[in-house]
Amino acid sequence: MDNENILTGKIHQALNNGRKALIPFVPAGFPSKKRFWDVVLELDDAGADIIEIGVPFSDPVADGPVVEKASLRALEQGVNLEWIIEGLAENSPGMRAGIVLMGYFNPFLQFGLQDLAQKARKAGANGLIIPDLILEEVLPYIDMFKEHDLAYIPLVGLNTPPERLKNYAGLDPAFAYLVSVMGITGTRAGADKLLRDKLTQAREAFNCPVALGFGLSTKDQLEPIRDLVDAVVFGSALISHLDEGKSAGDFLRSWR
Amino acid sequence: MKKGYFGSFGGMFVPELLVPPLAELEEAVNRIMPEKSFQQDIARIYKDFVGRPTPVYYCGNFSSELGFDLFLKREDLAHTGAHKINNTVGQALLARHMGKTCLLAETGAGQHGVATATAAAMLGLECMIFMGALDVERQSINVQRMELLGARVEPVQSGTRTLKDAINEALRYWIAHQQDTHYCLGSAVGPHPFPLLVRELQSVIGREAREQLLERTGKLPDKVVACVGGGSNAIGIFHPFVNDLEVQLVGIEAGGSGRTGDNHSATLAKGSPGVLHGTHSFLLQTPEGQVLPSHSIAPGLDYPGVGPEHSYLKDSGRARYEVVHDHEALEAFRLLSGKEGIIPALESSHALAWVISSTRNIEPGSQVLVNLSGRGDKDLNIFRKAEQDTEN
Repeated sequence: MDNENILTGKIHQALNNGRKALIPFVPAGFPSKKRFWDVVLELDDAGADIIEIGVPFSDPVADGPVVEKASLRALEQGVNLEWIIEGLAENSPGMRAGIVLMGYFNPFLQFGLQDLAQKARKAGANGLIIPDLILEEVLPYIDMFKEHDLAYIPLVGLNTPPERLKNYAGLDPAFAYLVSVMGITGTRAGADKLLRDKLTQAREAFNCPVALGFGLSTKDQLEPIRDLVDAVVFGSALISHLDEGKSAGDFLRSWR
Repeated sequence: MKKGYFGSFGGMFVPELLVPPLAELEEAVNRIMPEKSFQQDIARIYKDFVGRPTPVYYCGNFSSELGFDLFLKREDLAHTGAHKINNTVGQALLARHMGKTCLLAETGAGQHGVATATAAAMLGLECMIFMGALDVERQSINVQRMELLGARVEPVQSGTRTLKDAINEALRYWIAHQQDTHYCLGSAVGPHPFPLLVRELQSVIGREAREQLLERTGKLPDKVVACVGGGSNAIGIFHPFVNDLEVQLVGIEAGGSGRTGDNHSATLAKGSPGVLHGTHSFLLQTPEGQVLPSHSIAPGLDYPGVGPEHSYLKDSGRARYEVVHDHEALEAFRLLSGKEGIIPALESSHALAWVISSTRNIEPGSQVLVNLSGRGDKDLNIFRKAEQDTEN
């Protein structure tokens, strides 16, 4: 396709090379403000296809304790959208991976959504994931995001009904992100029949690639559903790995 | 108006995983609540279990000093000592109709937790309460009450370890347990349909008071005054008066100590619109959209957000919102106790304090209705400590 979204393209590229696309998530300012961009560059170097940068929020209701702690730590260090966008503008030019900003709605809303779309795109971001901005609430902004060539990536769950998956598909997203556990991030990984069924429904509903995330900590967990997944997202497992002082590149290489 | 919105406020800003249980709840609100059998059941529970209707009391001693007629809607006489029970028995009944077996709730000082545990015990439901670890320490008696009523109380260690974090944790728990659990949110806040549902259940306060005053004095009050934290007691007494345009609606927020730089809970007066806990409403936040800690001497007002309908009533000018500080509320607490033999909750004392200090703005002979949303026995320790602090 000529005008394929850049994030869609990154996932297709990985699939064409016979592997799943790898999408690491790192909270901005983690493990420290100083080290953060090195971690991002390391992930890029180790072959991340898309990197999700977490924008910290004081009340992250869709996240588990690991991400929440990292988020609060980032806030204490004064990490904010301005710092993220500035750093991104500096570091993104040499990077191969696509960049997605992931964060709760209020910091984006206070920054100004139009302003954000413009500045984030210019700095090198390709998409947004906003866990608390569901279908009905994103509609007022969707055209504006498109105008700025910033992809809105919907999160769907094991309990999202097929009709609603289709409604999300109607937004023509760059990829869809299925949350693999019926809980919060980083606990109870599971790949049972429910997950297979939902992935099958998602593949029917969406024309775009489907990424699976939340609760993935080992490669084995992927085996039973390999055929249904285009990309995998890592959050808590990577954070814990980094927290132990280990290298981001090693983590990612173990998944390749 | 857009579904789930009050003007530009409200909405449903939640993780997608919460959309199905919220849709299920909305369906139940629309289908089950209007049914005759539900209405009969709730009327019976309000009467026999909660002790409704609560009286409207004319403060004779106080009124002669103030120069106008002060009436109190006595929610302090409702079972468990506050208006919170109106909401919890209604939601518990709805939960049972929906086939849920567990009631989940957050609590700050413990009042809503106790009211939820009470409703759960009465209707034979399990009960799970999230409470900030700091509040668990400060309110051990309420923890004991909840446990006695059969609830499991889970201390929340994250964030500021208070009400706001208890709500975060309750939302997380609900995501994972939505099949058998109903989230009994304690105020007219949160994502649609909670602000509507809680208003619907708390409106019994205003409906009764309106009728009781008309019967007694032959006219509507000139002013209806209530304290506002999340704003459930206020929306409950305001709502049945909203179309009576001659009735002034006044919400009173908690200004904390009033010293510059100190935390407070005056969300409508000093906050700005933002999104927290699923709703777009006024919020205490940094310019970057991070939620600020709140404070009030009245634990029940200590919340950095406010119900979206209050934001709308403020914006549209139908209601006005004023700020009262800790020391004024404490003085009202002392005055009402001594003059009328009623110990008001420190929350309700904020509403009283505004009335007392506004005598110059209230015309002689007019009628003022204050929602006495709860009893103040629970606040004696806070009161005593504050008195000692002033003496020292």
